[in-house]
Amino acid sequence: MTDAIGVEGMRKCFAEVEAVSGISFSVRQGELFGFLGPNGAGKTTTINMLTGLARPNTGSIRIGGIDCTHRPRAAQHLIGVVPDESNLYPELTGFENLCFCAALHGLGKVERQGRARELLDNFGLAQALNRKFGGYSKGMKRKLTIAAGIIHKPEILFLDEPTTGIDVASARQLRQLIADLHRGGTTIFLTTHYIEEAERLCDRIAFIVSGRIVRIDTVEHLIQPIQEKHVVQITCANTLSDIEGNLSESFPELECKTIGQRVIRVEADEPVRVGPLVRFLEDHGVEVSEARRMRPSLEDIFVRITGIEADAMRKEKEKAGSGQ
Amino acid sequence: MKLWIAFWNILVKDMRTYYLKPPNISWGLIFPLAWTSMFFIKSGSGLESILTMLPGVVAVSILFGTTSLLAVTVTFEKKNRSFERLLLAPIPLEVLMLAKTSGAILFGVANAFVPVIMALFLADLSQVVWSAFVPAVFMIAVASTFLGLFIAVAVSEVFEAQTFSNFFRFPMIFLCGLFFPIEKLPVLLKPLSYVLPLTYGADVLHGAVHGGHAMPFSLDLSLLGAFCVGLFAMSLWNIKRKWIL
Repeated sequence: MTDAIGVEGMRKCFAEVEAVSGISFSVRQGELFGFLGPNGAGKTTTINMLTGLARPNTGSIRIGGIDCTHRPRAAQHLIGVVPDESNLYPELTGFENLCFCAALHGLGKVERQGRARELLDNFGLAQALNRKFGGYSKGMKRKLTIAAGIIHKPEILFLDEPTTGIDVASARQLRQLIADLHRGGTTIFLTTHYIEEAERLCDRIAFIVSGRIVRIDTVEHLIQPIQEKHVVQITCANTLSDIEGNLSESFPELECKTIGQRVIRVEADEPVRVGPLVRFLEDHGVEVSEARRMRPSLEDIFVRITGIEADAMRKEKEKAGSGQ
Repeated sequence: MKLWIAFWNILVKDMRTYYLKPPNISWGLIFPLAWTSMFFIKSGSGLESILTMLPGVVAVSILFGTTSLLAVTVTFEKKNRSFERLLLAPIPLEVLMLAKTSGAILFGVANAFVPVIMALFLADLSQVVWSAFVPAVFMIAVASTFLGLFIAVAVSEVFEAQTFSNFFRFPMIFLCGLFFPIEKLPVLLKPLSYVLPLTYGADVLHGAVHGGHAMPFSLDLSLLGAFCVGLFAMSLWNIKRKWIL
Protein backbone atom coordinates (compact mmCIF):
# COMPACT_ATOMS: atom_id res chain seq x y z
CA MET A 1 0.00 0.00 0.00
CA THR A 2 1.30 3.50 -0.94
CA ASP A 3 2.15 5.79 1.96
CA ALA A 4 -0.22 8.71 2.38
CA ILE A 5 2.76 11.04 2.86
CA GLY A 6 6.35 10.34 1.91
CA VAL A 7 9.13 12.83 2.62
CA GLU A 8 12.77 12.34 1.70
CA GLY A 9 15.57 14.75 2.65
CA MET A 10 13.24 17.77 2.81
CA ARG A 11 15.11 20.97 3.60
CA LYS A 12 13.99 24.58 3.84
CA CYS A 13 16.02 27.72 4.44
CA PHE A 14 14.85 31.30 4.97
CA ALA A 15 17.81 33.54 4.14
CA GLU A 16 20.60 32.27 6.45
CA VAL A 17 18.28 30.30 8.74
CA GLU A 18 17.76 26.60 8.11
CA ALA A 19 14.17 26.03 9.32
CA VAL A 20 13.96 22.37 8.30
CA SER A 21 17.15 20.35 7.94
CA GLY A 22 16.74 17.50 5.48
CA ILE A 23 14.05 15.51 7.26
CA SER A 24 12.68 12.15 6.06
CA PHE A 25 9.59 10.33 7.23
CA SER A 26 6.47 8.62 5.95
CA VAL A 27 2.87 8.50 7.12
CA ARG A 28 0.85 5.38 6.39
CA GLN A 29 -2.68 5.50 5.04
CA GLY A 30 -5.25 5.84 7.82
CA GLU A 31 -2.56 6.66 10.37
CA LEU A 32 -2.76 9.45 12.94
CA PHE A 33 0.77 10.83 12.90
CA GLY A 34 1.89 13.30 15.55
CA PHE A 35 4.56 15.93 14.94
CA LEU A 36 5.84 17.30 18.22
CA GLY A 37 8.29 20.03 18.94
CA PRO A 38 8.81 23.38 20.63
CA ASN A 39 8.13 26.78 19.06
CA GLY A 40 10.33 27.40 16.05
CA ALA A 41 11.20 23.72 15.64
CA GLY A 42 9.96 23.71 12.04
CA LYS A 43 6.50 22.18 12.46
CA THR A 44 4.52 24.82 10.58
CA THR A 45 7.19 25.15 7.88
CA THR A 46 6.95 21.38 7.38
CA ILE A 47 3.14 21.55 7.10
CA ASN A 48 3.41 24.47 4.67
CA MET A 49 5.72 22.46 2.43
CA LEU A 50 3.48 19.39 2.59
CA THR A 51 0.36 21.40 1.75
CA GLY A 52 1.85 23.44 -1.08
CA LEU A 53 2.17 26.79 0.69
CA ALA A 54 5.95 26.58 0.59
CA ARG A 55 8.56 24.98 -1.63
CA PRO A 56 11.40 22.91 -0.19
CA ASN A 57 14.93 23.89 -1.18
CA THR A 58 15.88 20.25 -1.57
CA GLY A 59 14.30 16.85 -1.05
CA SER A 60 11.15 15.18 -2.29
CA ILE A 61 7.51 15.11 -1.19
CA ARG A 62 4.87 12.57 -2.23
CA ILE A 63 1.27 13.07 -1.17
CA GLY A 64 -1.08 10.19 -1.92
CA GLY A 65 1.47 8.86 -4.40
CA ILE A 66 1.65 12.19 -6.28
CA ASP A 67 5.10 13.73 -6.60
CA CYS A 68 4.68 17.29 -5.28
CA THR A 69 8.37 18.17 -5.29
CA HIS A 70 8.25 20.51 -8.27
CA ARG A 71 4.48 21.05 -8.34
CA PRO A 72 3.70 21.95 -4.72
CA ARG A 73 -0.04 22.31 -5.42
CA ALA A 74 -0.46 19.07 -7.37
CA ALA A 75 -2.14 17.02 -4.63
CA GLN A 76 -4.45 19.61 -3.18
CA HIS A 77 -7.60 17.71 -4.12
CA LEU A 78 -6.52 14.98 -1.66
CA ILE A 79 -5.83 17.13 1.37
CA GLY A 80 -7.63 19.22 3.96
CA VAL A 81 -5.78 21.77 6.05
CA VAL A 82 -6.64 23.24 9.43
CA PRO A 83 -4.13 26.04 10.10
CA ASP A 84 -2.93 27.05 13.54
CA GLU A 85 -5.04 30.22 13.36
CA SER A 86 -8.66 30.30 12.23
CA ASN A 87 -8.64 31.89 8.79
CA LEU A 88 -12.26 31.81 7.74
CA TYR A 89 -14.15 34.94 6.67
CA PRO A 90 -15.40 36.95 9.68
CA GLU A 91 -18.13 38.67 7.69
CA LEU A 92 -19.71 35.38 6.48
CA THR A 93 -21.89 33.19 8.69
CA GLY A 94 -20.73 29.75 9.79
CA PHE A 95 -22.99 28.13 7.19
CA GLU A 96 -21.79 30.46 4.40
CA ASN A 97 -18.16 29.84 5.31
CA LEU A 98 -18.59 26.08 5.06
CA CYS A 99 -20.53 26.33 1.78
CA PHE A 100 -17.81 28.60 0.35
CA CYS A 101 -15.03 26.20 1.35
CA ALA A 102 -16.98 23.31 -0.21
CA ALA A 103 -17.42 25.34 -3.40
CA LEU A 104 -13.64 25.85 -3.60
CA HIS A 105 -13.43 22.07 -3.93
CA GLY A 106 -16.08 21.98 -6.66
CA LEU A 107 -19.03 20.62 -4.65
CA GLY A 108 -22.44 21.44 -6.13
CA LYS A 109 -24.97 23.61 -4.29
CA VAL A 110 -27.21 20.83 -2.91
CA GLU A 111 -24.25 18.69 -1.86
CA ARG A 112 -22.36 21.51 -0.15
CA GLN A 113 -25.40 22.78 1.74
CA GLY A 114 -26.23 19.27 2.94
CA ARG A 115 -22.63 18.65 4.00
CA ALA A 116 -22.41 22.03 5.76
CA ARG A 117 -25.57 21.31 7.79
CA GLU A 118 -24.30 17.82 8.64
CA LEU A 119 -20.96 19.15 9.90
CA LEU A 120 -22.52 22.03 11.85
CA ASP A 121 -24.72 19.43 13.51
CA ASN A 122 -21.83 17.04 14.24
CA PHE A 123 -19.68 19.83 15.66
CA GLY A 124 -22.47 21.18 17.87
CA LEU A 125 -22.68 24.45 15.93
CA ALA A 126 -26.16 24.05 14.45
CA GLN A 127 -27.49 26.83 16.70
CA ALA A 128 -24.88 29.25 15.36
CA LEU A 129 -25.18 28.48 11.64
CA ASN A 130 -26.55 31.91 10.78
CA ARG A 131 -24.26 33.82 13.09
CA LYS A 132 -21.26 35.63 11.59
CA PHE A 133 -17.94 33.84 12.08
CA GLY A 134 -16.44 37.02 13.57
CA GLY A 135 -18.86 36.70 16.49
CA TYR A 136 -17.95 33.09 17.33
CA SER A 137 -16.03 32.18 20.50
CA LYS A 138 -12.46 30.87 20.13
CA GLY A 139 -13.58 27.26 20.62
CA MET A 140 -16.39 27.63 18.08
CA LYS A 141 -13.95 29.18 15.61
CA ARG A 142 -11.58 26.22 15.94
CA LYS A 143 -14.44 23.77 15.46
CA LEU A 144 -15.70 25.57 12.35
CA THR A 145 -12.14 25.77 10.98
CA ILE A 146 -11.81 22.01 11.38
CA ALA A 147 -15.23 21.52 9.77
CA ALA A 148 -14.06 23.68 6.84
CA GLY A 149 -10.95 21.51 6.53
CA ILE A 150 -12.96 18.31 6.14
CA ILE A 151 -16.01 19.58 4.22
CA HIS A 152 -14.75 17.97 1.01
CA LYS A 153 -13.95 14.66 2.78
CA PRO A 154 -10.18 14.77 2.23
CA GLU A 155 -8.11 11.58 2.36
CA ILE A 156 -5.37 13.34 4.31
CA LEU A 157 -5.98 16.00 6.96
CA PHE A 158 -3.32 18.36 8.28
CA LEU A 159 -4.10 19.73 11.73
CA ASP A 160 -1.78 22.45 12.99
CA GLU A 161 -2.11 22.92 16.76
CA PRO A 162 -5.87 22.29 16.77
CA THR A 163 -6.47 22.75 20.51
CA THR A 164 -4.16 25.67 21.28
CA GLY A 165 -5.75 28.52 23.19
CA ILE A 166 -9.22 27.06 23.67
CA ASP A 167 -11.05 26.06 26.84
CA VAL A 168 -10.81 22.56 28.31
CA ALA A 169 -14.31 21.46 27.32
CA SER A 170 -13.86 22.56 23.68
CA ALA A 171 -10.41 20.95 23.52
CA ARG A 172 -11.89 17.70 24.80
CA GLN A 173 -14.66 17.84 22.17
CA LEU A 174 -12.11 18.52 19.45
CA ARG A 175 -9.98 15.56 20.52
CA GLN A 176 -13.06 13.37 20.30
CA LEU A 177 -13.78 14.72 16.81
CA ILE A 178 -10.21 14.01 15.73
CA ALA A 179 -10.42 10.47 17.11
CA ASP A 180 -13.72 9.95 15.23
CA LEU A 181 -12.17 11.16 11.97
CA HIS A 182 -9.26 8.78 12.50
CA ARG A 183 -11.62 5.88 13.15
CA GLY A 184 -13.40 6.82 9.92
CA GLY A 185 -10.17 6.15 7.98
CA THR A 186 -8.83 9.68 7.42
CA THR A 187 -5.04 9.96 7.51
CA ILE A 188 -4.20 12.72 9.99
CA PHE A 189 -0.98 14.69 10.33
CA LEU A 190 -1.20 16.46 13.68
CA THR A 191 1.19 19.01 15.09
CA THR A 192 0.78 19.87 18.74
CA HIS A 193 2.78 20.95 21.74
CA TYR A 194 0.39 19.14 24.12
CA ILE A 195 2.31 15.92 24.62
CA GLU A 196 -0.50 14.18 26.49
CA GLU A 197 -2.79 15.00 23.55
CA ALA A 198 -0.38 13.35 21.11
CA GLU A 199 0.03 10.37 23.45
CA ARG A 200 -3.72 9.89 23.66
CA LEU A 201 -4.50 10.32 19.96
CA CYS A 202 -1.52 9.34 17.81
CA ASP A 203 -0.42 6.01 16.37
CA ARG A 204 3.12 7.24 15.72
CA ILE A 205 4.99 10.33 16.76
CA ALA A 206 7.96 12.28 15.43
CA PHE A 207 9.88 14.65 17.71
CA ILE A 208 11.29 17.63 15.84
CA VAL A 209 13.83 20.00 17.39
CA SER A 210 15.64 22.81 15.53
CA GLY A 211 14.46 21.52 12.17
CA ARG A 212 15.66 17.94 12.74
CA ILE A 213 13.61 14.87 13.53
CA VAL A 214 15.25 13.37 16.59
CA ARG A 215 13.00 10.33 16.98
CA ILE A 216 10.05 8.63 15.25
CA ASP A 217 8.20 5.67 16.69
CA THR A 218 4.87 4.35 17.90
CA VAL A 219 3.68 5.66 21.24
CA GLU A 220 4.08 2.15 22.76
CA HIS A 221 7.68 1.82 21.58
CA LEU A 222 8.54 5.32 22.74
CA ILE A 223 7.20 4.73 26.23
CA GLN A 224 8.50 1.17 26.61
CA PRO A 225 11.97 2.02 28.06
CA ILE A 226 10.42 3.94 30.95
CA GLN A 227 7.30 1.81 31.39
CA GLU A 228 8.92 -0.06 34.29
CA LYS A 229 10.07 3.11 36.01
CA HIS A 230 8.47 4.31 39.26
CA VAL A 231 7.97 8.06 39.46
CA VAL A 232 7.01 10.30 42.37
CA GLN A 233 6.46 14.03 42.01
CA ILE A 234 6.80 16.16 45.14
CA THR A 235 5.40 19.68 45.21
CA CYS A 236 6.78 22.01 47.87
CA ALA A 237 5.25 25.11 49.44
CA ASN A 238 8.52 26.99 49.66
CA THR A 239 11.30 27.58 47.18
CA LEU A 240 13.92 24.84 46.82
CA SER A 241 17.62 25.58 46.98
CA ASP A 242 20.45 23.06 46.49
CA ILE A 243 18.28 20.18 47.69
CA GLU A 244 18.88 18.05 44.59
CA GLY A 245 22.48 17.21 45.59
CA ASN A 246 21.55 16.37 49.20
CA LEU A 247 18.78 14.06 48.01
CA SER A 248 21.05 12.22 45.59
CA GLU A 249 23.65 11.71 48.33
CA SER A 250 21.14 10.38 50.85
CA PHE A 251 19.10 8.31 48.37
CA PRO A 252 21.64 7.06 45.80
CA GLU A 253 19.12 4.52 44.41
CA LEU A 254 16.82 7.39 43.36
CA GLU A 255 17.19 9.71 40.41
CA CYS A 256 16.13 13.14 41.72
CA LYS A 257 15.60 16.25 39.65
CA THR A 258 14.14 19.64 40.53
CA ILE A 259 11.67 21.11 38.05
CA GLY A 260 11.28 24.83 38.42
CA GLN A 261 11.53 26.15 41.97
CA ARG A 262 8.97 24.05 43.82
CA VAL A 263 8.78 20.58 42.23
CA ILE A 264 11.05 17.56 42.70
CA ARG A 265 10.73 14.60 40.38
CA VAL A 266 11.99 11.26 41.64
CA GLU A 267 12.52 8.20 39.42
CA ALA A 268 13.60 4.70 40.41
CA ASP A 269 13.61 1.13 39.13
CA GLU A 270 11.94 -0.06 42.36
CA PRO A 271 8.80 1.38 44.02
CA VAL A 272 9.68 4.67 45.75
CA ARG A 273 8.99 4.91 49.50
CA VAL A 274 7.51 8.37 49.91
CA GLY A 275 7.66 8.62 53.75
CA PRO A 276 11.48 8.81 54.16
CA LEU A 277 11.70 11.27 51.29
CA VAL A 278 9.14 13.65 52.80
CA ARG A 279 10.76 13.36 56.24
CA PHE A 280 14.17 14.14 54.73
CA LEU A 281 12.84 17.19 52.94
CA GLU A 282 11.05 18.49 56.03
CA ASP A 283 14.24 18.00 58.09
CA HIS A 284 15.94 20.26 55.53
CA GLY A 285 13.35 23.00 55.97
CA VAL A 286 11.28 22.13 52.90
CA GLU A 287 7.54 22.24 53.41
CA VAL A 288 5.96 19.47 51.32
CA SER A 289 2.46 20.26 50.08
CA GLU A 290 1.91 17.21 47.88
CA ALA A 291 3.61 13.94 46.94
CA ARG A 292 2.10 12.02 44.05
CA ARG A 293 2.93 8.73 42.34
CA MET A 294 3.02 9.34 38.57
CA ARG A 295 2.59 7.04 35.60
CA PRO A 296 5.62 7.43 33.30
CA SER A 297 4.41 9.24 30.21
CA LEU A 298 5.47 10.33 26.75
CA GLU A 299 6.34 13.67 28.31
CA ASP A 300 9.22 11.98 30.17
CA ILE A 301 10.53 10.57 26.91
CA PHE A 302 10.16 13.92 25.19
CA VAL A 303 12.14 15.66 27.93
CA ARG A 304 14.78 12.91 27.85
CA ILE A 305 15.20 13.02 24.07
CA THR A 306 14.94 16.74 23.44
CA GLY A 307 16.13 18.17 26.75
CA ILE A 308 13.17 20.56 26.63
CA GLU A 309 10.75 20.76 29.54
CA ALA A 310 7.26 20.09 28.17
CA ASP A 311 5.71 22.51 30.61
CA ALA A 312 8.02 25.32 29.49
CA MET A 313 7.18 24.53 25.85
CA ARG A 314 3.45 24.64 26.57
CA LYS A 315 3.66 27.94 28.44
CA GLU A 316 5.80 29.48 25.71
CA LYS A 317 3.28 28.46 23.06
CA GLU A 318 0.30 29.67 25.05
CA LYS A 319 2.04 32.99 25.68
CA ALA A 320 2.73 33.32 21.96
CA GLY A 321 -0.89 32.38 21.21
CA SER A 322 -2.37 34.92 23.61
CA GLY A 323 -0.13 37.61 22.24
CA GLN A 324 -1.50 37.21 18.74
CA MET B 1 -13.23 19.14 -10.19
CA LYS B 2 -15.69 21.68 -11.50
CA LEU B 3 -13.57 24.80 -11.73
CA TRP B 4 -16.48 27.04 -12.64
CA ILE B 5 -18.12 26.34 -9.26
CA ALA B 6 -15.02 27.61 -7.45
CA PHE B 7 -14.66 30.56 -9.87
CA TRP B 8 -18.30 31.63 -9.53
CA ASN B 9 -18.36 31.32 -5.73
CA ILE B 10 -15.17 33.35 -5.29
CA LEU B 11 -16.65 36.06 -7.51
CA VAL B 12 -20.02 36.05 -5.71
CA LYS B 13 -18.35 36.06 -2.28
CA ASP B 14 -16.17 39.05 -3.22
CA MET B 15 -19.09 40.95 -4.73
CA ARG B 16 -21.16 40.43 -1.57
CA THR B 17 -18.34 40.99 0.89
CA TYR B 18 -16.61 43.94 -0.74
CA TYR B 19 -18.06 45.48 -3.88
CA LEU B 20 -21.75 45.61 -3.02
CA LYS B 21 -21.19 47.05 0.44
CA PRO B 22 -22.86 50.49 0.79
CA PRO B 23 -19.59 52.40 1.45
CA ASN B 24 -18.06 50.99 -1.73
CA ILE B 25 -21.17 51.66 -3.81
CA SER B 26 -21.20 55.24 -2.58
CA TRP B 27 -17.46 55.48 -3.36
CA GLY B 28 -18.28 54.28 -6.88
CA LEU B 29 -20.92 57.01 -7.24
CA ILE B 30 -19.31 59.92 -5.42
CA PHE B 31 -15.91 59.61 -7.00
CA PRO B 32 -16.98 60.01 -10.65
CA LEU B 33 -19.43 62.72 -9.59
CA ALA B 34 -16.67 64.67 -7.85
CA TRP B 35 -14.29 64.36 -10.80
CA THR B 36 -16.97 65.41 -13.29
CA SER B 37 -17.94 68.44 -11.23
CA MET B 38 -14.33 69.43 -10.63
CA PHE B 39 -13.32 69.45 -14.31
CA PHE B 40 -16.63 70.92 -15.41
CA ILE B 41 -16.25 73.89 -13.07
CA LYS B 42 -12.54 74.26 -13.84
CA SER B 43 -13.02 74.28 -17.63
CA GLY B 44 -15.60 77.08 -17.37
CA SER B 45 -16.60 76.42 -20.93
CA GLY B 46 -20.16 75.31 -20.35
CA LEU B 47 -22.03 72.18 -21.30
CA GLU B 48 -20.22 71.81 -24.64
CA SER B 49 -17.07 70.74 -22.75
CA ILE B 50 -18.80 67.61 -21.41
CA LEU B 51 -17.97 65.52 -24.47
CA THR B 52 -14.27 66.37 -24.26
CA MET B 53 -14.15 65.68 -20.52
CA LEU B 54 -16.20 62.50 -20.52
CA PRO B 55 -13.41 60.10 -21.69
CA GLY B 56 -11.05 61.35 -18.97
CA VAL B 57 -13.66 61.13 -16.22
CA VAL B 58 -14.69 57.63 -17.33
CA ALA B 59 -11.06 56.44 -17.35
CA VAL B 60 -10.25 58.00 -13.97
CA SER B 61 -13.39 56.50 -12.42
CA ILE B 62 -12.39 53.03 -13.59
CA LEU B 63 -8.76 53.45 -12.57
CA PHE B 64 -9.45 54.63 -9.04
CA GLY B 65 -12.41 52.31 -8.44
CA THR B 66 -10.61 49.12 -9.42
CA THR B 67 -7.15 49.79 -8.00
CA SER B 68 -8.45 51.07 -4.65
CA LEU B 69 -10.68 48.12 -3.93
CA LEU B 70 -8.51 45.35 -5.31
CA ALA B 71 -5.42 46.59 -3.49
CA VAL B 72 -7.41 46.55 -0.27
CA THR B 73 -9.23 43.24 -0.69
CA VAL B 74 -6.29 41.11 -1.79
CA THR B 75 -3.84 42.69 0.68
CA PHE B 76 -6.40 42.42 3.49
CA GLU B 77 -7.08 38.74 2.79
CA LYS B 78 -3.37 38.04 2.56
CA LYS B 79 -2.80 39.81 5.86
CA ASN B 80 -5.53 37.92 7.78
CA ARG B 81 -4.48 34.66 6.11
CA SER B 82 -7.85 33.89 4.50
CA PHE B 83 -6.04 34.08 1.14
CA GLU B 84 -4.19 30.90 2.23
CA ARG B 85 -7.53 29.11 2.10
CA LEU B 86 -7.79 30.01 -1.59
CA LEU B 87 -4.20 28.96 -2.24
CA LEU B 88 -4.95 25.58 -0.62
CA ALA B 89 -7.91 24.94 -2.94
CA PRO B 90 -7.33 22.62 -5.91
CA ILE B 91 -7.69 25.46 -8.43
CA PRO B 92 -4.99 26.56 -10.88
CA LEU B 93 -3.49 29.86 -9.72
CA GLU B 94 -4.51 31.54 -13.00
CA VAL B 95 -8.18 30.64 -12.48
CA LEU B 96 -8.04 31.64 -8.83
CA MET B 97 -6.63 35.09 -9.61
CA LEU B 98 -9.05 35.63 -12.50
CA ALA B 99 -11.90 34.86 -10.10
CA LYS B 100 -10.42 37.21 -7.52
CA THR B 101 -10.12 40.04 -10.07
CA SER B 102 -13.43 39.57 -11.90
CA GLY B 103 -15.37 41.38 -9.17
CA ALA B 104 -13.10 44.42 -9.49
CA ILE B 105 -13.43 44.40 -13.29
CA LEU B 106 -17.23 44.43 -13.02
CA PHE B 107 -17.01 47.17 -10.38
CA GLY B 108 -14.78 49.21 -12.70
CA VAL B 109 -17.21 48.81 -15.63
CA ALA B 110 -20.13 49.86 -13.41
CA ASN B 111 -18.12 52.89 -12.22
CA ALA B 112 -17.47 53.89 -15.83
CA PHE B 113 -21.15 54.20 -16.59
CA VAL B 114 -21.91 56.56 -13.68
CA PRO B 115 -20.46 59.60 -15.52
CA VAL B 116 -21.98 58.34 -18.77
CA ILE B 117 -25.46 58.29 -17.21
CA MET B 118 -24.89 61.74 -15.77
CA ALA B 119 -23.70 63.02 -19.18
CA LEU B 120 -26.85 61.62 -20.82
CA PHE B 121 -28.86 64.30 -19.03
CA LEU B 122 -26.51 67.14 -19.94
CA ALA B 123 -25.21 66.44 -23.43
CA ASP B 124 -26.09 64.78 -26.73
CA LEU B 125 -24.40 61.38 -26.79
CA SER B 126 -25.95 60.24 -30.07
CA GLN B 127 -22.59 60.57 -31.86
CA VAL B 128 -20.76 58.22 -29.45
CA VAL B 129 -19.40 55.10 -31.15
CA TRP B 130 -20.57 52.60 -28.54
CA SER B 131 -18.97 49.66 -30.39
CA ALA B 132 -15.59 51.19 -29.55
CA PHE B 133 -16.54 52.83 -26.25
CA VAL B 134 -17.80 49.65 -24.51
CA PRO B 135 -14.78 47.44 -25.38
CA ALA B 136 -12.48 50.30 -24.33
CA VAL B 137 -14.25 50.58 -20.96
CA PHE B 138 -13.95 46.84 -20.47
CA MET B 139 -10.27 46.74 -21.44
CA ILE B 140 -9.42 49.74 -19.22
CA ALA B 141 -11.21 47.99 -16.35
CA VAL B 142 -9.20 44.81 -16.94
CA ALA B 143 -5.88 46.67 -17.24
CA SER B 144 -6.58 48.81 -14.13
CA THR B 145 -7.63 45.76 -12.15
CA PHE B 146 -4.48 43.89 -13.09
CA LEU B 147 -2.46 46.98 -12.19
CA GLY B 148 -4.23 46.88 -8.79
CA LEU B 149 -3.37 43.18 -8.50
CA PHE B 150 0.25 43.86 -9.38
CA ILE B 151 0.36 46.49 -6.63
CA ALA B 152 -1.49 44.29 -4.12
CA VAL B 153 0.92 41.39 -4.46
CA ALA B 154 3.95 43.65 -4.30
CA VAL B 155 3.16 44.93 -0.77
CA SER B 156 2.17 43.41 2.54
CA GLU B 157 0.12 46.14 4.25
CA VAL B 158 -3.14 47.75 3.16
CA PHE B 159 -1.78 51.28 3.69
CA GLU B 160 1.27 50.43 1.56
CA ALA B 161 -1.06 49.28 -1.20
CA GLN B 162 -2.85 52.64 -1.17
CA THR B 163 0.39 54.62 -1.18
CA PHE B 164 1.91 52.50 -3.91
CA SER B 165 -1.32 52.80 -5.96
CA ASN B 166 -1.10 56.59 -5.87
CA PHE B 167 2.44 56.39 -7.15
CA PHE B 168 0.95 55.02 -10.40
CA ARG B 169 -2.47 56.64 -10.42
CA PHE B 170 -1.80 60.33 -10.07
CA PRO B 171 0.90 60.55 -12.76
CA MET B 172 -1.45 58.62 -15.07
CA ILE B 173 -4.12 61.32 -14.76
CA PHE B 174 -1.70 63.84 -16.28
CA LEU B 175 0.41 61.67 -18.55
CA CYS B 176 -2.18 59.49 -20.31
CA GLY B 177 -4.01 62.14 -22.26
CA LEU B 178 -7.14 61.98 -20.15
CA PHE B 179 -7.62 65.72 -19.78
CA PHE B 180 -4.45 67.18 -21.29
CA PRO B 181 -3.42 66.13 -24.81
CA ILE B 182 -0.19 64.13 -24.94
CA GLU B 183 1.11 66.37 -27.76
CA LYS B 184 1.15 69.31 -25.33
CA LEU B 185 3.27 67.48 -22.76
CA PRO B 186 6.98 68.40 -22.41
CA VAL B 187 9.14 66.33 -24.78
CA LEU B 188 10.83 64.52 -21.88
CA LEU B 189 7.52 63.29 -20.50
CA LYS B 190 6.03 62.09 -23.77
CA PRO B 191 7.82 58.70 -23.84
CA LEU B 192 6.44 58.01 -20.35
CA SER B 193 2.89 58.34 -21.67
CA TYR B 194 3.41 55.48 -24.07
CA VAL B 195 4.50 53.03 -21.38
CA LEU B 196 1.28 53.56 -19.42
CA PRO B 197 -1.72 51.41 -20.39
CA LEU B 198 -4.32 54.10 -19.77
CA THR B 199 -2.92 56.16 -22.69
CA TYR B 200 -4.28 53.60 -25.17
CA GLY B 201 -7.63 53.23 -23.39
CA ALA B 202 -8.10 56.99 -23.20
CA ASP B 203 -7.27 57.29 -26.93
CA VAL B 204 -10.11 54.90 -27.82
CA LEU B 205 -12.51 56.69 -25.48
CA HIS B 206 -11.67 60.10 -27.02
CA GLY B 207 -12.11 58.64 -30.49
CA ALA B 208 -15.43 57.00 -29.57
CA VAL B 209 -16.89 60.08 -27.88
CA HIS B 210 -15.72 63.01 -30.04
CA GLY B 211 -13.51 61.54 -32.76
CA GLY B 212 -10.18 62.88 -31.46
CA HIS B 213 -7.98 59.78 -31.39
CA ALA B 214 -4.33 59.41 -32.43
CA MET B 215 -4.11 55.69 -33.23
CA PRO B 216 -6.43 53.12 -34.81
CA PHE B 217 -8.84 51.54 -32.28
CA SER B 218 -7.55 48.06 -33.08
CA LEU B 219 -3.96 49.04 -32.27
CA ASP B 220 -5.01 50.79 -29.03
CA LEU B 221 -7.03 47.78 -27.89
CA SER B 222 -4.28 45.34 -28.85
CA LEU B 223 -1.69 47.29 -26.88
CA LEU B 224 -4.08 47.50 -23.93
CA GLY B 225 -4.54 43.73 -24.19
CA ALA B 226 -0.77 43.25 -24.16
CA PHE B 227 -0.51 45.36 -20.98
CA CYS B 228 -3.26 43.19 -19.39
CA VAL B 229 -1.40 39.97 -20.21
CA GLY B 230 1.90 41.42 -18.98
CA LEU B 231 0.52 42.74 -15.69
CA PHE B 232 -1.38 39.51 -14.99
CA ALA B 233 1.68 37.37 -15.74
CA MET B 234 3.91 39.53 -13.53
CA SER B 235 1.38 39.34 -10.69
CA LEU B 236 1.22 35.54 -10.94
CA TRP B 237 5.00 35.35 -10.96
CA ASN B 238 5.12 37.55 -7.87
CA ILE B 239 2.52 35.44 -6.06
CA LYS B 240 4.45 32.25 -6.78
CA ARG B 241 7.69 33.88 -5.70
CA LYS B 242 6.49 35.76 -2.63
CA TRP B 243 3.42 33.92 -1.34
CA ILE B 244 4.33 30.30 -2.09
CA LEU B 245 7.72 30.62 -0.48
